[in-house]
Amino acid sequence: MEEIKLTGHPFDDGLTDDDFAPVPDRSAIVDSIRPSMRYWPEVGRRLMKNKVAVFSILLLTVIVLMAILVPILSPYEYDATSLMSARKPPSWEHPFGTDKVGRDMFTRVFMGTRTSLIIGVVGAFLPFVLGMVIGAVSGWFGGKVDMIIMRVVDIMLCIPSMIYMILILVVLGGSPTSLIIALALSGWMGSARSFRGRILQFRNREFVLAATTLGARPGRIIVRHILPNILGNMAVGLCSAIPGAIFAEAGMSYIGLGISPPMTSLGQLSSDGMQVFLTQFYLFFFPSLIICLIVFALFLFGNALRDALDPKLRDEDYLARMYRKTRRLTIRNTKKEAAANE
Amino acid sequence: MTKYILKRLLISILTIWAVATVCFFLLRLLPGNPFILQNPLDMKNAEKMMAFYGLDKPLWEQYVSYLQSLLRLDFGYSLTHVGRSVNDVIVQYFPITAQLGIQALLLGMPIGMALGIVSAVRRGGAFDYGCQIGSVVSTSIPSFVLAAVMQLVFGVYLKWFPVSQWLSFRHTILPTIILSLGIIAGHCRSMRTLMLEVGRQDYLKTAKSKGISNVRIVVFHQIRNAILPMITGLGMEIASLLMGSYIIEKVFSIPGLGAYFVTSITGLDYTMTMGLVVFQAAIVVFANFVVDLLYGLIDPRVRIV
Repeated sequence: MEEIKLTGHPFDDGLTDDDFAPVPDRSAIVDSIRPSMRYWPEVGRRLMKNKVAVFSILLLTVIVLMAILVPILSPYEYDATSLMSARKPPSWEHPFGTDKVGRDMFTRVFMGTRTSLIIGVVGAFLPFVLGMVIGAVSGWFGGKVDMIIMRVVDIMLCIPSMIYMILILVVLGGSPTSLIIALALSGWMGSARSFRGRILQFRNREFVLAATTLGARPGRIIVRHILPNILGNMAVGLCSAIPGAIFAEAGMSYIGLGISPPMTSLGQLSSDGMQVFLTQFYLFFFPSLIICLIVFALFLFGNALRDALDPKLRDEDYLARMYRKTRRLTIRNTKKEAAANE
Repeated sequence: MTKYILKRLLISILTIWAVATVCFFLLRLLPGNPFILQNPLDMKNAEKMMAFYGLDKPLWEQYVSYLQSLLRLDFGYSLTHVGRSVNDVIVQYFPITAQLGIQALLLGMPIGMALGIVSAVRRGGAFDYGCQIGSVVSTSIPSFVLAAVMQLVFGVYLKWFPVSQWLSFRHTILPTIILSLGIIAGHCRSMRTLMLEVGRQDYLKTAKSKGISNVRIVVFHQIRNAILPMITGLGMEIASLLMGSYIIEKVFSIPGLGAYFVTSITGLDYTMTMGLVVFQAAIVVFANFVVDLLYGLIDPRVRIV
């Protein structure tokens, strides 16, 4: 997108008689004004200009593609044991080595990535949506409903989330579905609280009043009128919620309540690898590295998305630096001049 | 003020009661029997044990008697650790978990806030970017991975600190550092945002136009106002740290309360789980209560008459 200058604008440098003459060709003026941009394409454009964002998107794409394509790329099954090739260090045949029953770690790591990514995305999205619905009901209807829901949230927040997770995992067993259910039931309170705040913030605005006057129902107002206003912030929040879900899965696996074998996840592989990490470092290293890379890329993307949604922040950062630099230079120059005058 | 305190106290007690009730009935929904779980072949003994602990009575009666003992601050006897009361376990192991949490908070909070303040003052500079990158990197590593690597580097190769156990102050250093990294990152980020938010306020422009020096503005105007909202989150944070991070405790084999949380649920030890949950809830409620009162003392604008 090239810079468009505002030359030819009639109010640029004072008014002359010519300015009051009828404009012969309007297109000359209209063309010179910056074309209007829609919100989300503009955000996307700013995101693509940010090198960090592009890097994180590429990194995530590679990891996701590997997780999807691993059954095609690898000649081994993720749960096929082979005692002949047990405990092999990394080689061309087994890039990440093999574990104690001879399963190919390369295949297992990326199958685990698949599980962890599904748990991360769904396990972050589901409590988010659940909290949104509850928060919207609470914020929109107010009064007694609001009070009861908020008290329930307060009480549920008093019980450590690990208790819910362990309870649900003990009852339902270690599968991705039960982990996602556990995450959803233990994580909706925070998002309900913040979404309620957002609804309260927008509830009395004019455009909501206008929609109400036109007969829109609450559901429509919330989805069509209020949601677009907070979609950006929610996307940023979601980006940092996915790592939280991935970490929760890893932590549960470490305690011994995560995904049960032969199914696998990054958390399970990493915590299993920890047991032998003095002798077979690679069993610990690769799954941990993939967890770190996924989470790192998501955090970077979240930060970049926040900057793209609110470019003022980055501009202010830059201006603050330039301000300090000029002030420093000015002080130095004045001192030099003063020294020269003496 | 007294009326407000009394009202808050009543709400706190009601909250703890609600937590106890929810937890009581939630735990009984779990399938199985704690004594059959311990010794699957001994059905007769299990029945006797159920009768001994009063678990054969109707649920409603058990609930009432549990609430009565809660009023006496008695959490009852553990079902799996024979002869130990839940109070004993809390008294013995809670100080360890609390020490770890408090040390991490005392280390992490000042450092995190200082980093946040400096990066807000030197906004957009190299230090600011360094802090942002550092906080992203340090939060990208799962705590048990980081703990394992630190154990290897500082415990096995450099031999600066012991690898595990909880015997002397030296043993507490590694887990404290790992636990405080997350606190540092979080406080750094929120302090920076708050400082910049305060920086946009009109009273700072007034201060600047009065000719007050930059240092004075930052110290007396910006920091004092930015710290206030941090205090609101403190209650929750203290509570979660006092209950510790079970994962860190497990990596360093620290004998804290965390281990009891997990084993008591998987072992269907109703009284132990209930006791720990109610204890935790009480700490959360109490911490929030104290923080709210403190907030009124520190910031006269929100003082409730």
